[in-house]
Formats: sequence, structure tokens, C-alpha cells
Amino acid sequence: METTTINNNFKSEEYFINMGPQHPATHGVLRLLLTIDGETIKKVEPDLGYIHRSIEKMCERDSYQQIVHLTDRMDYLSSNINNEAVCLAVENALQIEVPERVKVIRTIIGELTRIASHNLWWGVMGMDVGALTTYFYAFRDREMINDIFEETCGARLTMNYNIPGGLMFDIHPNFVKRVKEFITHFKTKLPEYDTLLTNNVIFQKRMRGVGMLSKEDAISYGASGPVGRGSGYSCDVRKLHPYSALDKVTFNEALRTEGDSFARYEVRIQEMWESMAIVEQLIDNIPEGDYQVETNAVIKLPKGEFYQKVETARGELGVYIISTGTKNPYRLKFRSPGFSNLSLLNHIAVGGKIGDLVASMATLDLVIPDIDR
Amino acid sequence: MNLSLSITKNIHDWLFNMMPETLASLVEMTLIALIYLTIFAVIGLFLVLLERKVAAWFQLRIGPNRVGYHGILQTMADALKLVSKELTGTVNADKFLYNLAPYFVIITALMALAVLPFSLEFQAFDINIGIFFLIAISSIGVIGILLAGWSSNNKFALIGAMRSGVQTISYELSVGLSLLTMILITGTLQLSEIVEVQRNGWLIVQGHIPAVFAFMIYMISGTAETNRAPFDLVEAESELGAGFHTEYSGMKFAYFFLAEFVNMFIIASIATTIFFGAWLSPFGITESLPWLGVFWFLGKTLILMFLMMWFRWTFPRLRIDQLLTLEWKYLLPLNLMNIVLMALIVWLNLTIQF
Repeated sequence: METTTINNNFKSEEYFINMGPQHPATHGVLRLLLTIDGETIKKVEPDLGYIHRSIEKMCERDSYQQIVHLTDRMDYLSSNINNEAVCLAVENALQIEVPERVKVIRTIIGELTRIASHNLWWGVMGMDVGALTTYFYAFRDREMINDIFEETCGARLTMNYNIPGGLMFDIHPNFVKRVKEFITHFKTKLPEYDTLLTNNVIFQKRMRGVGMLSKEDAISYGASGPVGRGSGYSCDVRKLHPYSALDKVTFNEALRTEGDSFARYEVRIQEMWESMAIVEQLIDNIPEGDYQVETNAVIKLPKGEFYQKVETARGELGVYIISTGTKNPYRLKFRSPGFSNLSLLNHIAVGGKIGDLVASMATLDLVIPDIDR
Repeated sequence: MNLSLSITKNIHDWLFNMMPETLASLVEMTLIALIYLTIFAVIGLFLVLLERKVAAWFQLRIGPNRVGYHGILQTMADALKLVSKELTGTVNADKFLYNLAPYFVIITALMALAVLPFSLEFQAFDINIGIFFLIAISSIGVIGILLAGWSSNNKFALIGAMRSGVQTISYELSVGLSLLTMILITGTLQLSEIVEVQRNGWLIVQGHIPAVFAFMIYMISGTAETNRAPFDLVEAESELGAGFHTEYSGMKFAYFFLAEFVNMFIIASIATTIFFGAWLSPFGITESLPWLGVFWFLGKTLILMFLMMWFRWTFPRLRIDQLLTLEWKYLLPLNLMNIVLMALIVWLNLTIQF
């Protein structure tokens, strides 16, 4: 073991510690091999594979309708956006134009998913820095979204609402009313998040200047989503390559230039406001029409390569399909946001304390099944 | 030393008439010990339930409400479960120290309970160095935590224990100095006399500005002493799993758990005794009914404990270096200045007395 000398008087020795795969702060089965000197982090080595299910390999076996179901199990917190990514990829390949109604509903559901995901992240973020009440505040609001989803398609988390060619069912008659109720409710509750956690002195001390990530590093590590935007890297796919009905709405891209944990935190809080704004713009005029277009029972993609990217709650999700013209993809690759975001954990955590590692890891908003597909 | 309890004067006389003096003393000590053990258990169980209920109120939940009327027996059931659980341990643990550690923690908590003035002459052990004794005892408790972390042969437990050592050594200073500030007014360390001094007004009123400062410093460092949030780095769940008691199960874990809550009670009781007149009623409204003292004492303590629970369920946790910065760079200098201020006020007779 390497021995370092501090002030010529005290000797300290580095040691290893296994954080995970069963650890409260790793939110699942991520294993971190930490090299620590006292409380200071010297090295972080993420070890993956504890929840690997070969989703990409399974996609080569399944038909395109079935693949949509597998994507739910990747980033389960933004499952609906994952579904949308595959559906968009397939629709683009088949050159199907889905009705306006479908586009609007997909966008609304997607933004609600984003709010729900950020809600859960906020609750867990508080727990990671030791404020246990945040979790229950967040779940009070998230529950309303889940109820809306349950009424819409029967599922609360893994929704499978999108299918290639449209939606599985039409929206429930109560949908518009309940979404409006939620927006009114959440507009009064989101400021509470700031009073409880954001403005807390201890919280700010824990977050500001911790887990620094410069814009250059964010780009070279392939960071996306709120992690990239917290460092001033404008990477919102919804702005750069609008899909579904996102080209019809106006919203601001949440952007901070500080690059610390607090910037990433603020980006997500602002994104909740922006998502609410998007839903508000669309909810009043959902166009009439069909909720799906007829597709063949067996979808065969033309020969070629197809790529579609969407902005999930965690960042840029890419779906890359290589088709040989059969009913299964020859190869399907997901570019998942969590994987790239995890790769910069060592970069931002080294030099900090154990508490800093937990706090900055929480701001990366990792969902392990998304990293380990 | 005076070991007799005045409220049990009759029992005392009766025992000494019945049997030889040595035997009578022994029986009496056993009886008092049993009474205090019961108080200890009841306080522990009640506080665990209270904490869970308070947490539920803060967190938009209902809290335990299945066992007994409104969940009153919930902690009883929990304790029963913990007693009946198998005691597991790690193979490579230092068995002797591993088994010894919980007793250190729980015995010191119990000893501190003995000097608290619950009511007029309801005090098992009224020594003339009461405050000194409390401070000394509370610093022994950390040895138990250090032993637990060291002996269980677990790195998470070790980090937790080391944090605890650092934290307790630092914040003990503030606890001691803030109490010392108040001792300048009372001029005595004996708890019963400190209470008597407050018949002219609670010390927080008598000492006005520096007393309020001392109280705030005491509450902050007291919370740190009990290892509760926002200073719960010792068992920081999101960082260290369970901290120093990671490897403990069943009743041994329960000892740590119980001791934490009783320590919270002790910290709140000391604050009640030193700052808020212990069992004295506000403005002497129940002066003629001295037996109500227990009610006042527990009432004030309960309010302070609620304050500590409020901290816990609102604030995020500090980082280890911020914890030390707070103590050594802010609280300690403030405390020293506060002592000078208090000395001046006492010297110039600027205290408020009714």
C-alpha cells in the first residue's frame, strides 16, 4: 500500500472500502471500489454487472413491438420516454407519420414522467445528504402523477403506453382534468421544496463548490442531461432535435455555468418548472383524431441503420438499430445517459470526503438498471 | 456521600429498623437501581415512539398506529422482537470488546440519570459536583462507541467510530464551557442548589443575553454529543450504512438505540435544570404543590426534546470537516467570549432577579 506523509509528522495509509452492491447511497446494485485516505477519496472505481439482463441481446430476439416493453426496465423512472425513443426510431424507419393527437399526448406524458422522475430524485437527494423528510414531500406529489398514469394505462411505473404507430389506448376522459389539478397543486408545492431543502444553509454548504465538473470535461466524458447542463453544456435534445410535439411549445433550457453539485440540483428544479410549462401549453388543446395508425402485425424494418435520440430525465438516450430487413433487429444499441454520467464519478469525487462522494453521486441521478442493461 | 432518597424516607427508616445496617443499605441500593432501570426503560420506549410519531407528523404520514391504541404498544412490540432475536456477530471480531461495548454506552447513560433532579428531593445521587459528574460521565459513553467500531472488524464501523471520537471530543468542550457560563451565576455545581438559585428567576432570564447564547450553544453541541441529525455522521445511513453498530443485532443493537434516546433525554434534562429552573413552575404558580415538580420537569424536557427532533427531521447532515469548523472556528471562540461577558455581568451585578 502507498504511504503518504503529511506535514512530515503524521503518516497516513490508504485503504480500500467496498461501497455496495448493497449500500443505501448507491440506489440499487452499483458497487464502488473506493480508495480512501482517512476520509478523503483517492479513487473511485465503479464495478458494474450486478443487474445486467442482456437487454440489447434480448432485443435481437424480439419483434419491434416487444422491444418497447424491454425499454421500461432500463431507466424505470423515465420508462415512458424510453418507450417513445424506440417507437420514434421504428416509425422513422418505416416513415409512418403519427397523428397530431399522438404527438401531443406523448409529449404530455413524457413531461409528466420527467416531473415524476425529478420528484423522486429530489426526495432521494435529500436523503443522501441526511434530510429524511424530503422523500415524503416528493412522494406526495409524485403519487398524483402515478395515479394519472394508472388511470390512463393501468400501470404506474412501467407503462408501455407507446407502441410503434401511436398509443396503446386513448386517454381516459378524466385525464385533462386530473393533469390540470396536478399542475395547480404542484405549483403551490414546488416552492416548498426550496424552503425545505434548497435554501437550507447546511445543504448549500454541502453542495456549493463540491463535485466540480468543467464544461470541457462534461463534453469529453459524454455527459448529458442535467449533468451536462449544470456545467453550461447546452445539450437538451428537446431543444436541439425536437421530436413529437416539442417543436410546438416554448420553454427555456435550464442551464447553469457553475458546474458544481448545486448547479446540477438547480437545473433539475428548474426543469420541473419548465416541464410544467410545456404540459400547460399542450393540455388545453389536445387535437382530436386517432390515437394510433394501423401497422402490420409483423413489423419489418427496411434494410439499414436507424438512430433516434430523446431527452430522458437523466439525459440523452439514443436508440441505434441495424436492420437486415427481417422482423428482428440485427443489432440494437442503447446509448444510455447514466452510463456516461457514471463514468465521470471518479473525476468529480476524487479529493472530496465520503460525504461529498455521496452528495455528488446523488446529483448525477444514477439509475443502475439504465447503466447495466 | 448521601445515597438516600428523601421521598422514600419511610421505606428507608423501615428497612433500617428491620435488618442490619449493611444489609439494609444493600437492599435500598438495589431498590433504587431497579426504580431507575424502570425509568430508563420507560423513557427509552416512550421516546422511540414519540420520535416515530413526531417524524410522521413532519413527513405527512400517520406513524405507528396498529399495535395498541394509536400505536402506543409499538415500541413494546419492537423491544420484544429485539429481545427474541438471535445475537449474531462477525467471526473475526474481538469478542470481549465487541460484547463489552454496548454496556459502556448504556451504563453511562444510566449513571447520568441518577443525578438529575426530577423533583424536590427526587434525586438519587445529589453530589456537590453534579455538573462535573454529568460532563465526565457523558464523555465515557463515547468509549463504548469507539470500542464497538474498533472491535467489530468492519471498515464502515471503524470510520463511524473515529468520526464519533472526533465529534465528541470537540463538542464536549462547548457543552462544558456553555454550562460553565451558567455556573458563574449559580456559584455551585450541585444540581439541587442550582435549582434553589432559580427560585429568583430561571437562569436563562437571570443571565439574559449571555445565557441565551449559552443555551443556543448548548443545544447545538448537545445535539452533536448525542450523535443525532444534523450531526449524525457516526451512523450516517447514506454514507456508512449503520455506522458503528453495523455488526450488532438483537438486544445489543437495542442497547445502543436505547442509549441514544436516553442520552437525548439527559441532554434535554440538563438544559432544563441549568436554564429553565428544573422542576420549578413558571412564576411559582404551583409552589404549594411540590409533587407537581415532576410534571414541570418532564414537560420542559419534552419541549426541548421536541426541538431536537425538529432539528433531526428538518436539517441535512453536515460534512465531517464542516462539523469541526463549526465547533473550533465558531462555537468555541464564541463560547469563550460569552464566558467573559457573563463574568462581567455577574461582577457588575447586572443579572435580572425577581
